[in-house]
Amino acid sequence: MPEISAGDTAWVLISAALVLLMTVPGLALFYGGMVRAKSTLNMMMMSFGALFVVGIIWVTYGYSLAFGPALDSGSFLGNPGTYFGLNGLLNTSALAINGAYYPIPAGAFIAFQAMFAVITVALISGAIADRARFGTWLVFSAIWVTIVYLPVARAVFYFGDQEANGGGFIATKLKALDFAGGTAVHINAGAAGLALAIVLGKRIGFGKMLLRPSNLPLVMIGASLLWFGWFGFNAGSSLGANGLAAVAFVNTFSATCASVAGWLLIERLRDGHATSLGAASGIVAGLVAITPACAFVDTFGALLIGLIAGAITALAVGLKYRFGYDDSLDVVGVHLVGGLVGTILIGLFGTTKVNELSVNGLFYGGGVSQLVIQIEAALIVMIFSFVVTYLIAKILSSTLGFRVSKDEELEGVDIALQAETAYDLVDSSKGSSKGVSA
Amino acid sequence: MKLVTAIVKPFKVEDVKAALQAQGIKGMTVSDAAGYGRQGGHVEVYRGAEYTVDLVPKVRIEALVNDSDVSKVVDAIVNAAKTGKIGDGKVWVIPVEDVVRVRTGEHGSEAV
Repeated sequence: MPEISAGDTAWVLISAALVLLMTVPGLALFYGGMVRAKSTLNMMMMSFGALFVVGIIWVTYGYSLAFGPALDSGSFLGNPGTYFGLNGLLNTSALAINGAYYPIPAGAFIAFQAMFAVITVALISGAIADRARFGTWLVFSAIWVTIVYLPVARAVFYFGDQEANGGGFIATKLKALDFAGGTAVHINAGAAGLALAIVLGKRIGFGKMLLRPSNLPLVMIGASLLWFGWFGFNAGSSLGANGLAAVAFVNTFSATCASVAGWLLIERLRDGHATSLGAASGIVAGLVAITPACAFVDTFGALLIGLIAGAITALAVGLKYRFGYDDSLDVVGVHLVGGLVGTILIGLFGTTKVNELSVNGLFYGGGVSQLVIQIEAALIVMIFSFVVTYLIAKILSSTLGFRVSKDEELEGVDIALQAETAYDLVDSSKGSSKGVSA
Repeated sequence: MKLVTAIVKPFKVEDVKAALQAQGIKGMTVSDAAGYGRQGGHVEVYRGAEYTVDLVPKVRIEALVNDSDVSKVVDAIVNAAKTGKIGDGKVWVIPVEDVVRVRTGEHGSEAV
């Protein structure tokens, strides 16, 4: 068992906090500013809701299901009882996962991975803006993280012992490369968002009237905070303060810059204007795409992945109008498509020059084998997530009810569900009060 | 007494206000307005989706004036608000039956 490294522990703990910053306030602002003023608070509350529900699940049975010893051999889940309530893990000894030891305490890894589970669920909420019942969203968050996220996270992030015995299916059997969660987080959330958007249906006025973002400065602040936090997400995934973290950090920067360029170029050519919403979206699309690849590609690979991801997602966000599904804030167009781009392009741009754990892709003399593996991993997660999420959403719709009433939707979900108003800009909207009752 | 109402471009508010003050007009009410006339709307683009915004932001300026001041006030507004391009706005005048100053209770011309 190794000694605990102070440097590694510090970096992973800081990274965990950075990944929390991605959800609140980063994603909450990014999404909250993108909806109409009458839904801003509800939209932000969906991120806060995912945070507290998933947080409680993670420290009770969630971590154990994802990273505990297998229930039985060949199981896709860990035993929820082994580490229930983090039993035996909150101490000063080094992290051990399935026979492999890391020079950080288990608590640092638990915290870091907790924030991944939180943001994956929160990402989905953008697909069903303005129309979901808050209570049902909380129930959905609990069910989805348990039966979709945790098995996928185990498949991608749970490594085997020296012989790769009992490790996660995608990581150790398929041997797909996914450094920080292009499959487990972004393809997973994107496919789930598509299923939810289909089950809940379109918002009133979708495709017909102006559903204009209420506060683009909030969107830009949110996107910037996502970028800042994403350095923890990607570089923190090295689980150490080391060279791999620095590779991931620089690639996260390069790819995101290229993605903004790609998105704005498409906008300028197609629409005539480079928009602020496009710049913010390009940031997120680039971050999504480089997530699986950040420790496996060189600078040219990162720039090309970013540029391609920015351009393709800028085109993909229009698909919802063509196919008629109301993925309100483009979780599919940005996260599913961006996640697919990044995961698959590792098969072209992967290079062992930057990291001996990488694999040479097609453009670096490695043939097509890794490309095929990457496509398989992406499709497996996409199909599993879509099908199971669709079933969960159908069941919740016909039992608890997932969508607000027409009147509540027209009035706005902030007042209908949260009984609050985001902006108080006009005196006449203050109304009169009958005083305080408690 | 007359009520002069002017719909003008938002960036012309300061010019119109100065012109009215130069004519000795002591009060006015200014409010944000939206509408369309011959100018029509404009197009906004969000993630590639184009929205035609029909209602253009304008400012409505209202001033109560005595009958003798009407023509010079209207001229002053028109001169100050004019750019010569489509969308400069409109000015109209309607008769007012009575005016009361809330603080003093004065009626009619005294209250203007």
